[in-house]
Amino acid sequence: MEVLGYICDQCINGLQLGAVYALIALGYTMVYGVLRLINFAHGDIFMLGAFIAYYFIAKLSIPIYFVFVITMVLTGCAGFIIEKVAYKPLRKAPRISLLITAVGVSLFLEYFLSLKAIFTPDYIGFPRPFEVTAYDLGLFSITNVQLLIFAVTGAALTGVYYLVYRTKQGKAMRAVSYDEEVASLMGINIDRTISFTFVVGASLAGVGGILYGIAYPQINVFMGVMPGIKSFIAAVLGGIGIIHGAVLGGFIIGLSEVFVSAFLSSTFRDGVIFIILFVVLLLKPSGIFGKRIEKV
Amino acid sequence: MRKAMIGACVILASFLFIPYSFAKETVKIGVVTPLTGDVKTYGESTKNAFLIAVEEYSKKGKYTIVPVIADDRNDPTEGTNATLKLITQDKVVALVGPLTSKVAIPMSEIAQKNKVPMITGTATNPKVTVSDGKRKSYVFRTCYTDPFQGSTAANFALKELKVKTAAVLYDVSNDYSKGLADVFKTTFTKGGGAITAYESYQKDDVDFSALITKLAMKKPEVVYLPDYYNKVGLISKQIREKGVKATLLGGDGWDSPDLAKIAGSAIVGGYFTNHYSPDRKDSVTQAFIKKYKEKHGIVPDALGSLAYDATMILFKTLDSAKSPTSEEIVKGLGTIKNFKGVTGNISFDKNGDSVKSVVILKMEKDKVRYVTTIEP
Repeated sequence: MEVLGYICDQCINGLQLGAVYALIALGYTMVYGVLRLINFAHGDIFMLGAFIAYYFIAKLSIPIYFVFVITMVLTGCAGFIIEKVAYKPLRKAPRISLLITAVGVSLFLEYFLSLKAIFTPDYIGFPRPFEVTAYDLGLFSITNVQLLIFAVTGAALTGVYYLVYRTKQGKAMRAVSYDEEVASLMGINIDRTISFTFVVGASLAGVGGILYGIAYPQINVFMGVMPGIKSFIAAVLGGIGIIHGAVLGGFIIGLSEVFVSAFLSSTFRDGVIFIILFVVLLLKPSGIFGKRIEKV
Repeated sequence: MRKAMIGACVILASFLFIPYSFAKETVKIGVVTPLTGDVKTYGESTKNAFLIAVEEYSKKGKYTIVPVIADDRNDPTEGTNATLKLITQDKVVALVGPLTSKVAIPMSEIAQKNKVPMITGTATNPKVTVSDGKRKSYVFRTCYTDPFQGSTAANFALKELKVKTAAVLYDVSNDYSKGLADVFKTTFTKGGGAITAYESYQKDDVDFSALITKLAMKKPEVVYLPDYYNKVGLISKQIREKGVKATLLGGDGWDSPDLAKIAGSAIVGGYFTNHYSPDRKDSVTQAFIKKYKEKHGIVPDALGSLAYDATMILFKTLDSAKSPTSEEIVKGLGTIKNFKGVTGNISFDKNGDSVKSVVILKMEKDKVRYVTTIEP
């Protein structure tokens, strides 16, 4: 019985981490879908989200639900600007130029924001907007932070699903990801659709940043690097470009991380994640939900 | 007559330069310390303490000190780059710092190779002064070493807290944390206690939930957290959120005004081993604390006080040296006996380490309380 409770507790830990990865992975996968670009700056948008939330909570004491809205708007703007400045001029350039620019944007964000005048290179404690309480449910216990994470992630995923499969804009996104040229012949505004995808992806990463800050209350400008890489692996694992694949991938990565730490050793944790990536790339490069091998 | 006039003028004019010929010779001293990054409060207090020492020395010392301060960001690569720059470009004759063992170990190799004396206030890992059984003759420190600190903590848990079980959580990529965890484990088991969980995490981790859930199941009475304040703050918070009631125990890495800020009530009731207590009744200690408080508004932590001691020892040797060269300074440092410092009497042993007592402090709601002193 005690072992079962222990496994349940660890599952909750894994789902908590996985939910955040899923949110970030969505951005990777959507941008890849429409642009065939792995946006390496995505992890840094996640960091930006955490910092924006920090300033609004700690310095201006704005209620938490407003913070979510403001952060989503601001990280969405950041995504929009990044796309316009760094990626749009290279729309006709070879893919590799886009990839290099993405890495450049990522490093720029990290080091520019770490200047003392902008944010700070130091580690900052993230202020929790509420006290943490744990609810004992017999077999396992769950905290209000975890409930918040599950609720917000659930809402965000439902929203994205509705957006992509039930709205006109979503239809345009799917059309662009299917065939850009034909979509433009059908009268879809390609530029606007790509910008829109970036805005949605970036605001989801921003939400991920806030949740991460609340769950693990310490932030710094390099905090986006590892979660960024892991969410990217999650997107690849689920099949890059496929929305429910990214979500499933995020939860698989989160759970495996926690279970490796719990039953083996945390030293092996990152190694196992990369082994998962190798295995996926070797056996089914298109990912769990991928239908065909990517032609590019 | 005209010639005599010119001669007199020249003689008079030369008097004008006399003050300059009496001006003190300048000596460059390098400081390597983390002014940004995860342990920046340490770096700040070191820099403050160093500058107080320079100011004091410049009133009566033989030389004018030119401090060259470099930021190591608590990163071994940054630290070694900064050290190389100080030695080869700025041509410093001696180095003060760094703070943490993980930077001090590679940095001491460079100091040794370039024959520049280095004196660290706070790097406690044994490998700082000795590697593979060989003494690094240019390296000294004004603090005790980890084996003593770690075993004191283990004995304190066994004898004073009267506990039988303990868990250890440490950073596997940090020499300081790993060293302390290791000594604690050995001493605690030898003394009849049981280590129920011995878990490691990595440098950039922020999610400890898997490890803490694992640890909570074993219900240890004490959790030993040998790391710096930022990590300890984060871990202790998560420990309490998982409902673990164990007493927390740690090392000198806890000594920062930021710990209570990050951890809040989670850390209250925890004990840590440290170099000295600001309550120490001693004229040198109180004079330094008073001066520091006047300048910076807070009581200096142990890291600042140790850096002050390290700098003052360096200046004392500099004054008695025949010439302000690295060679002469090293010779002088080797002979230091019973130097009256802020943190106690300092004498270097054959390894360049100082033999000093450990102080145990307790984290209370709004202050850090002195508990006991343990002699080596």
